[in-house]
Amino acid sequence: MKLLPIEPETQHQAPSKPVLRDDPKFAAVRIAVFQYSTVAIFLFLISGFWDLQVRNPEIYNELAERNRIKSLPIIAPRGKILDRDGRVIVDNHMSWSVILSRESMKTEHLRPIADGLRLDYDDLMLQLKRYRSRPKYEPIIIKQELTPADIAFVESHKDADFFPELELIHAQRRMYPQNGFAAHVMGYTGEISESELDQPEFAKYETGAVIGKFGLEKQYNDSLMGVDGQREVVVDNRGRERQVLGIKEAIPGKNLQTTIDLDVQAVAELVLEGRKGAIVALDPRNGEVLAMANRPTFDPNKFSVRIKTSDWKQLLDNPDHPLLNRAIQAQFAPGSTFKPLIAIAGLETGTIDDQYTITCPGGATFYGHFYKCHQRDGVVSLHKGIVQSCDVYFYNVGNKLGIDQIAKFAHEAGYGEVSGIDLPNEASGIVPSSEWKIRNFRQKWYAGETISVAIGQGATTVTPLQLARAIGGIAMGGIWYKPHLVKTAKPDPPHTYPLNPENVAKVVSGMCGVVNEAGGTGGRARLPGITVCGKTGTAQLASNEFLRKGGHAPKDNAWFVGFTPPEHPEIVVAGLYEGGEKSYYTAALVRDVIKAFVDKKTRLGQSLAAVPKPAEAAPAEEAPPTSQERE
Amino acid sequence: MSGYLNLRDIDWGMLVIVLVICALGVVQIFSAALGTQWQDAWWKQIIWTAVGLLLMWIATAIDYHALMTRVWALYFLSVVLLLAVLLVGKQAWGATRWIPLGPGVRLQVSEFVKLVIILLVARFMTELRGDNLELRDLLKIMALIVVPMLLVIKEPDLGTALTYLPILGVGALLAGLNWRYVVATAVIVVLVVPIGIHFLQPYQKARLVSFLNPEGDPRGTGYQVIESKIAVGAGGMWGKGVAHGTQTQLRFLPVPHTDFIFAAFAEEHGFVGVVVVLALYFMLLMQIVKNAQTAPDRAGMYICMGVAALVLFHVLVNVGMVVGRMPVTGIPLPLMSAGGSSMLSIFLMLGLVNNVRVRRFVN
Repeated sequence: MKLLPIEPETQHQAPSKPVLRDDPKFAAVRIAVFQYSTVAIFLFLISGFWDLQVRNPEIYNELAERNRIKSLPIIAPRGKILDRDGRVIVDNHMSWSVILSRESMKTEHLRPIADGLRLDYDDLMLQLKRYRSRPKYEPIIIKQELTPADIAFVESHKDADFFPELELIHAQRRMYPQNGFAAHVMGYTGEISESELDQPEFAKYETGAVIGKFGLEKQYNDSLMGVDGQREVVVDNRGRERQVLGIKEAIPGKNLQTTIDLDVQAVAELVLEGRKGAIVALDPRNGEVLAMANRPTFDPNKFSVRIKTSDWKQLLDNPDHPLLNRAIQAQFAPGSTFKPLIAIAGLETGTIDDQYTITCPGGATFYGHFYKCHQRDGVVSLHKGIVQSCDVYFYNVGNKLGIDQIAKFAHEAGYGEVSGIDLPNEASGIVPSSEWKIRNFRQKWYAGETISVAIGQGATTVTPLQLARAIGGIAMGGIWYKPHLVKTAKPDPPHTYPLNPENVAKVVSGMCGVVNEAGGTGGRARLPGITVCGKTGTAQLASNEFLRKGGHAPKDNAWFVGFTPPEHPEIVVAGLYEGGEKSYYTAALVRDVIKAFVDKKTRLGQSLAAVPKPAEAAPAEEAPPTSQERE
Repeated sequence: MSGYLNLRDIDWGMLVIVLVICALGVVQIFSAALGTQWQDAWWKQIIWTAVGLLLMWIATAIDYHALMTRVWALYFLSVVLLLAVLLVGKQAWGATRWIPLGPGVRLQVSEFVKLVIILLVARFMTELRGDNLELRDLLKIMALIVVPMLLVIKEPDLGTALTYLPILGVGALLAGLNWRYVVATAVIVVLVVPIGIHFLQPYQKARLVSFLNPEGDPRGTGYQVIESKIAVGAGGMWGKGVAHGTQTQLRFLPVPHTDFIFAAFAEEHGFVGVVVVLALYFMLLMQIVKNAQTAPDRAGMYICMGVAALVLFHVLVNVGMVVGRMPVTGIPLPLMSAGGSSMLSIFLMLGLVNNVRVRRFVN
């Protein structure tokens, strides 16, 4: 570039110049340089067009005639959900889906396509509308789980003469156990909704993604979900693949090994059949959930793609709330299952000792109110109080303790707060206290209210999970582990409140009496050769005031919580039978679950630490000869 | 002020060229956005053109000497606005490029900073003592321009930031840039660019890589270049006719009404149409240069040449991108691409050119 100054005028060199000099002609040559550069640039640009449009247009013409690049998604399979022994609970199965390419889509084709695939035309249009902001080359899955008829329709219509916008792809579909087995724990998957897409935790997903929406599927969605792959192919205008440009393999989701024991779970599901309620089985030594069953239940398979509106409405309108995970969400008065906690609180605080007795005439008066007992127990000690579930005994203990001592121990045992189990939407229950009452009702606590709380009535509510965890932790001597369904590399340390082992032994001995002594309320939980300990509970749903006014009482809830062996328990099971009326019904359900656990141990040749060896205790037909020899 | 402003003095030739280009643009926007969510972009473009003409008149009426004395205030205001967009734009308006003025109307500050840069360079160059641009002065003006540039790059809008450079380049050329500085700058660029690439945003790197090898990534930014080249090539000599471009109408071409409007135009109007439109742009540029030559003083000359430099740069980068000879930078084609800020800013610049023209006989 020649940039030498060749101006004719030079009088502008003088230093005392006005700010704006008025000699525009000084740069004539330099302006000419700019003009010639402009010409060069335009020639450069035009030569580009000459190359593409005139010299060699055929190549680009042919390319433009083709449908060009098609991206076909490769759907990543979700991880399976396994039980503690690696047995599959939730699986995938192969199926076909049909995708619609929006690049080559013709609007007038949509109605015949909807008819052919038996899709609702308006639904299809809505789906297209939702995808409007996505790039055109991303296809939409318009129907999953194709029937043979659907596949035949797509196969025969996907060529250029009919609907070249259609394409079949393989997909892995979710397969859940039938009859709603463990449905509340496993959860279900579904297409991400509009409202979820607006939430920050779903920001990484795109329209059409299938994500976990409930239970473990939701809780562990990130690890269960894989990363979809993609296949890019060049197709000609007849829909035939000409060339594969690239394949990005799908990354399958990770399998999820749970702590569920299918043998125990199966029995829990079985015994609840036809009832309304929940069963939770925990290993109190580490918080592992061995079983969690709920009735009524639902079929998660119906959710696996998009649930039909009618099915969804039916689930929501059902007065029994089948979608409720009762094991962690049902909050009911614990009734007499609360008594072991009152007993341990009384002993630990020194409020009572095992010499403390009362006489039960079938009721007692506190603060001007008469509170009745379900029977006349005569002279009642701690042991007898637990075994026969004497209300008057615990009225007295509770009255001596006072509400805030009760609340303190209840919180130590995990009542009134969520346990932190790895499932969404756990309920916390209520532990009433004077502070709780002021905060919620702006009223002072009346000592009379303590009397009801002492037998697990009043405002007290717990979930079955909390009950199992609380009793298991007391039996462990004051160690409460966080319940969990999936083992983590670094388990949370347990909550501890060291209890005097002698006090624990006294309460546990009472709970063993409940099941194994004459006059015990939980005799139906008895198992030959195994010491099951437990506590019954029959909880009223209506307050006494309501009943006194002549209200019609709903049927009582029947609770039972049992564990074995008495020392160093390995399993604790809480059962809730809504409207079961008699707590010994629930005792029978819990017994069967504990038996399934013990039977499995026996079958595998392991014995419970404090249980007599199977050779001595179990009937011969229950213990295979090989295990006898090994013992 | 507009006492001696006469409609007859306006550059009618330039105005006719501008309006013909705008009309072609509106037709192309209509055709390219047919059946998409931008279907009504073409009449919006007509409104922008009308508003632009009004702004052009205002920019013509205010004596550019009055603007020159207020350059520093304008410069300061620009930096403050760019900072505001950058610092509070995200929280206040959800974007870091625009300031919303009302429903559906938002202002891209960096577009209007171009005008200030043009005035700044003009003022700075006219105040030089000698007839050659000394290194010290060059570094001074560079430092002044780098501040808004960095702010715009941070938005991130590298494309618009780069448009400030040709204004400086042409200004320096006219002020008598020593060729040794050009060589020195070239050496520095060669040394600095590899380091600079290191600090580019990933998408900017991707654009650069795909410019060098568009076939390597057929679905990413390279995809845009390939589809654009296919669209251009499909046009052939005579084009496929308005609203008949297959690439454009089948939406293979990305944003065919804004950045890639010229690819859509080339497909539908062919090589002949391309030559006609490029000729129009060439005539427009020469008209602006003519106004520079007849300017009453150096300041006017610098203003006109600044505008010419900017328009030339836009045409070079945008049209070059369409034929795959320039990287994808997101720089619109002036007067044709749909978009309010770029339309208003170009009309304001044309107003500056007219401003200089109507005062050519003063003194």
